[in-house]
Parts: sequence; C-alpha cells; structure tokens
Amino acid sequence: MLDLLAGFVSQLRRSGIDISLTESLDAARAIEHMDLGDRESFKYALAATLVKDHSHSGAFDTVFDIYFASSAYDPAGDIAGELSELDADQGTQAGSASLGQDSGMNAGQGGNGQSLSPEELIEMIYKALLMDDQEWQRQLTRLAVTAFAGIEKGRPVGGVYYVFRTLRNLNLEALTERLVDARINSKKGEVSGLQAKLISDDVKAKIDAFKKEIESEVRRRLVADRGPEAMAKTLRKPLPEDIDFMHANREELASLKRAIQPLSRKLAVKLARKRRHKKRGPLDFRKTVRHSLSYGGVPAELKFKSPRASKPEIVVLADISGSVASFARFTLQMVHTLGTQFSKVRSFVFVDGVDEVTSLIDGSDDIGEAIYRVNTEADVVWVDGHSDYGHVFETFWEKWGKEITPKTSVIVLGDARNNYHASGAWALGEISRKARHLYWLDPETRSYWDTGDSIIGEYAVHCAGVFECRNLRQLEKFVEQLA
Amino acid sequence: MSDVFASPKDVSRGLEGQSYLSNESIASVVYLAAKLGKPVLVEGPAGTGKTELAKAVASMAGARLIRLQCYEGLDESKALYEWNYKKQLLRIQAQNIAEAEGAEVTWKDIEDDIFSEEFLLERPLLQAIRSEDQVVLLIDEVDRVEIETEALLLEILSEYQVSIPELGTVTASQVPMVFLTSNNMRELSEALKRRCLFLYVDYPELEREKEIIKAKVEGVTDELADQVGRIVRTLRELDLKKHPSVSETLDWARALVLTGIATIDPETAKATLNLLLKYKSDIEKASKELTLSA
Repeated sequence: MLDLLAGFVSQLRRSGIDISLTESLDAARAIEHMDLGDRESFKYALAATLVKDHSHSGAFDTVFDIYFASSAYDPAGDIAGELSELDADQGTQAGSASLGQDSGMNAGQGGNGQSLSPEELIEMIYKALLMDDQEWQRQLTRLAVTAFAGIEKGRPVGGVYYVFRTLRNLNLEALTERLVDARINSKKGEVSGLQAKLISDDVKAKIDAFKKEIESEVRRRLVADRGPEAMAKTLRKPLPEDIDFMHANREELASLKRAIQPLSRKLAVKLARKRRHKKRGPLDFRKTVRHSLSYGGVPAELKFKSPRASKPEIVVLADISGSVASFARFTLQMVHTLGTQFSKVRSFVFVDGVDEVTSLIDGSDDIGEAIYRVNTEADVVWVDGHSDYGHVFETFWEKWGKEITPKTSVIVLGDARNNYHASGAWALGEISRKARHLYWLDPETRSYWDTGDSIIGEYAVHCAGVFECRNLRQLEKFVEQLA
Repeated sequence: MSDVFASPKDVSRGLEGQSYLSNESIASVVYLAAKLGKPVLVEGPAGTGKTELAKAVASMAGARLIRLQCYEGLDESKALYEWNYKKQLLRIQAQNIAEAEGAEVTWKDIEDDIFSEEFLLERPLLQAIRSEDQVVLLIDEVDRVEIETEALLLEILSEYQVSIPELGTVTASQVPMVFLTSNNMRELSEALKRRCLFLYVDYPELEREKEIIKAKVEGVTDELADQVGRIVRTLRELDLKKHPSVSETLDWARALVLTGIATIDPETAKATLNLLLKYKSDIEKASKELTLSA
C-alpha cells in the first residue's frame, strides 16, 4: 500500500502539484483511519492531505482514477458475458417499464452481442438516460466503449483519441435534443421558456455525467492495457496555470477562464500591499529637524518622505487574429482587472488594421461581453484579415504616436508572424524611443521564434524585453514585475 | 468526544442532528481532523456554510466555540494575548504607597508580580489553548490577515502551544479542533497550508440543495424546493459576476413561501430575481437566459 501511495505522490508531483514530505506522511496516517473498502472516502482522505489548492483538484482526480481504478477492468473478460448480463438487466427494465418494446428483440438473440447495431445501442442509451437508470447507464457505457472506441492494444495514442471516437459515434448532440424534446412533450399543457430552459439544463447535466463515465471507462481500459505509470504520462491534465494559450482545447479554455478571475484579484491585492509596504522614500529634512527638537537638537530620529506611488501608464497593443486570439483575450482581461494598479490603461487591437478599444472594455462591466464586442465592432481589418504588423505599427505611430509619453509602457502582444509583409520595424523603433519601456509578449515557444514568417528578431532590437508568455504562470510573472 | 467522531457516517449523522447537511467529503475530512488532531482549512465560494460547519461541529461535540475574526491589521495583542498594562501601572503605584509606609520590596518582587497570570489578558488563540473543557477554535477569513501575521498561527496549529516570553510555553491540555476559513482572496502561505487538512466546500449538488431548502425553510413544498434548486443550478452555470449562494437561495425560498407562491412561473421569477442576484448586469443576463422577458 505504501509503495502504491509513494508512486501516486510522485505522479502528482510530476503533474505539477507541490507535495511536501510531511504531507505525504499525513496522507499515510490518514488512510490508516479510513475504511479502505470505501473508495470515495479513501479519495477524500488523500485529497484533504495532499491537494491544498482547489484548482489542482482536476489533476488530482485524473491521477487518482489511474492509480486506484474503481473496478479493475479485466481485458480477458468476454464481452458476451457483459452483454447477457445487460440483456437480463434490460429484461427486468422492460418488465418494470412499458418502454421496452424492442428490447425483446435483443433478449431473443441471447448473449450474441456482436449483432447489436450501433443504432440499437444508441437507442438503449437514450432510454437509459430518459429513465435515469444509473446502473443500466454504467453497463451501456462499457458496451459503447467496446463498440465505438476501437481500442487497439499497445497502440501509443492518448486516451483523448478514444474518448473522442466514442463520443463522435454516439452523436450526443442529437441525443441531447431528443431527450429534451421527449421531456418537454411529456409535460402536459403549455411549456414556458423557463421550464424549457430548466429541462434542457437538466438533460445537459445528465449527458455530461455520461461523458465523464465514458472517459473514465476508456481510462480504465488503457490502464489495464499499459499500467498506471505509462498512462499517467499520457493522460496527465495540465494545471490551469500551465495550459498553453495557443493550444488549449475548449475544456481547457473554460478552466482558464475560471482561473483568471481569482488570479487577477489575488495579484491586485498583492500589488496593492507591495505598494503600501514599499521601502521608505528619501530623507525628509524638514521633518527630521523638527523632530530633533525633542531630543535637544540631536537628530536621533530620522524621518523619511513617504514614497510616491508611481503607477505606470499602460498601452496594450494586441494581435487578435485567429491564431493568437485567446492569448490576447486573457492578457487584456488581466490588465484591465488590474486597472486600479495602473494610472491609465489603453487598449488597441489589430489584425492588419488597428483600432482603439479602451472604451469598449471600460464601458462594460462584463469582460466576456466586452471581448465579444471587441471582436465584432473594432475596425481591425484593412485589406485581407491576415496579420500585417508592419502596417499596424506605421498606422499606430501616425495616429496615436504623439500620445505616447515617457511615462507610457507599451506592451505588444503577438506572435510576430507577419505573413511576409514589410516589417515596419522603424515605426516600432520610434514608439520605443518615445515610450518608457516597450515590451513584447510572444505566446509561441521560444524555439519557434524566427522560423517561417515570424520576424520577432527584427522587432526585438527595439524592445526593452521580449518575453515568452505561453501560460498564466508566465503572464502573471510579467504583469507582477510591470506594476 | 470520540464517540461522535467514530466514523465518517457518524459525523455526517451528527451534523445532520445540528441541521447541517454535509456530504461525504465534508464528513470524511471532519472525521480525519478529529482522528489526526489536525486543523482544517475550509475554502470555497462565499455563502456555502463554511463558518456554519465549525459551529455545527462545536455544538455536535458539545464543545465551546471560540471565534477569531481576522481582518487586515490583526496583531498578536488582539489574537494571542496582551498584558493589562493599566492594571500593572496601578499595581506599581500601590507598591509606591506601601513603600512610603515603610514596607521593603525589591524590583524582582514587582517584576514577578506584574508579569503573572493576574495581569494577562487572554485573546481567542490563548483562550483556546488554555481552556480546560473541549473547544472548537474557528479562525474566520484567515486570508484577510497579512502574510506576516499568518506566521503567528503556525506554532499554535502544529504544536498546539503558545510561547509567552515572561511566562514560558503554554501547552494545550486538550487538542482543540481548529477550523480556518478562507474566501481565497489571496494565496495562503505554503507553511500554513502544509499544516492543515484541506476541504473545499462547493455549491451543493441539486439533491443536497433541495434537502437543505427543505430542512431550513419552513412550510416549503417538495415541488417548490425542487424548482428553486433547479433554477439556482441553472443560474450557477451562467457566467455571472456573483453566483447565488446557499444563503441567498434560502432567502429566496423563504420569500416565495411567505408570499404564498406554490409554483414559480416566469413572472414571479422575474419579479423576485433580485433576491438571488445582486448586480444589475447579472439580473439582465439571467432574465435573458431564462427567457423571462419573453
């Protein structure tokens, strides 16, 4: 058991969760008190002692599922057995509910499950979901994974691939619609918009639970095939602060969105405190002399001026073309949440034309909507909607160049992929000469810089700093040193 | 005390007796805290009953609840102990009078005297340590104190003792149960987190919320509780500035019961939405999503 725990802990550490020695000792002591037969309470014991940050719980759940699978899947166990079990089960279903018209067909075929067509399987899932029968659903999940995932032994693909394949074949969107319709039709009389919304949310929650079930089923099978060590490596989910902006999938983007709000808030508190506790300012001569009077003219107590909080003025210039849009979004959001920490924040967005969006973002108290408006209302396309940094810098310099002062810090966000247009680096040079600092944040991995049409090197000579900024951790670090 | 904490199930039942409906994770962590003698750090959105949990555990174990409310600028003299210097001054003055009448007292006597128990003002943390009977210590909103002040808690949380330079070390006669709550306003220090068990209290699932509504709101029907629970779940799915908390849900349910509403139709929902949501933009968004305006 202890060996298993040690392996589990080291796997958690590898996915980025810091676990100290005392914490793993606590975990070992905690599980002594728990009923090991009860998987859930065992899990809570480990979670309480090992994971001290809620945003890490997703990573923890994944590793836990890999190491302590709920029921060891037996790959040698024949599918036919599963099926006949299912048929028997469904027989009782048919007995209890009058829904089972066509299930008699399956019962007739006995254990020969291979002849169950995909359509029939989907039909059964639909019914299981409609009747909200947990046990039946679980069995159907196993069946669906067998039928649709097409897992090949020893093939080194990630579990995501199999999950995707299963889900695509099941066509859950259509299933959702059917379920919603069925539920609405079963209600007598008029159905108000409110009720319809509640029903569809209810169905969505069920479908999500079903999806999770499929994911863990796939995981279980892969673990049985390859062993926990290898699986943990492929299935490990990155922590929200480590998610790559440019390659985040929808689920990861959602978790980023959830993470950025508290993160910016914490950062704002931290910066405000730092400012307050900043080292004392220069010697206040007048005050010192006045206080020396009470010591008979000896300046025993030195007085200092309180430091003047110098809040920088920020101009953000963000590329919002497709490839780097989500990166720009998160950076704009973070900078604007920290608005109080800067004396002024102005935001510009560009693709091949450039437009100011400060009022769009400040005028709305919902950042998500503001970003949406930025995408639809800002006039950022000049010719063809492909990034043209050169033209953007020239336009920016012409139109807003005179508003840049020695107090302004200019931050450019983008991957510097210029689609082989003229670089316009001279304009950036002018901006840099006038501004206090010019920083460039590039969401691409450093090794991709200056490859293909990326000309970051040409711009870099004008910048006070060029930073790789691929995830929240790096973004947070940059913003912190900026203020 | 141990009988109430015999197993996670017993804890869960005990909490239910205090009309606090827990779930498995809460019950397991409270059980572990009692078994291992470790403090519990409770985190989660506002209004999910974090403080309530400590109160329920206290009354279930028949222990006294000692509460330390944290705020920015909290220091040793407010959290741990303070010397009652006014009384000390009086004592010294009394001494002077006695001396004038011819009594012989050395400085040592006075020093020993004025730094004794009699002149010590106990603050919540010391109180919890020195208490003879069972106590539950609740350190509320620990994320509000500065990171430097957090260090003050460390000795108490790991060793259950307090060092007072003039008196020596005071060690707890019984290990108190400690709950720290945090709204996640800032990152707590690693040292503090390491010493605690971590419990995240999220918004309850639909079934549990329904049970909570039924337990806490008098005269609510099954159907109404179900509807309230479902609407609140839908609202929490939306991207709002502030999601409705459990206490706001209960307020809403109470208001509906008081006004004699048995089922929620779009009009009532629209009229009473401001009990659940506190921002204008949130209310607008929610009525659009719930298609109340149509």
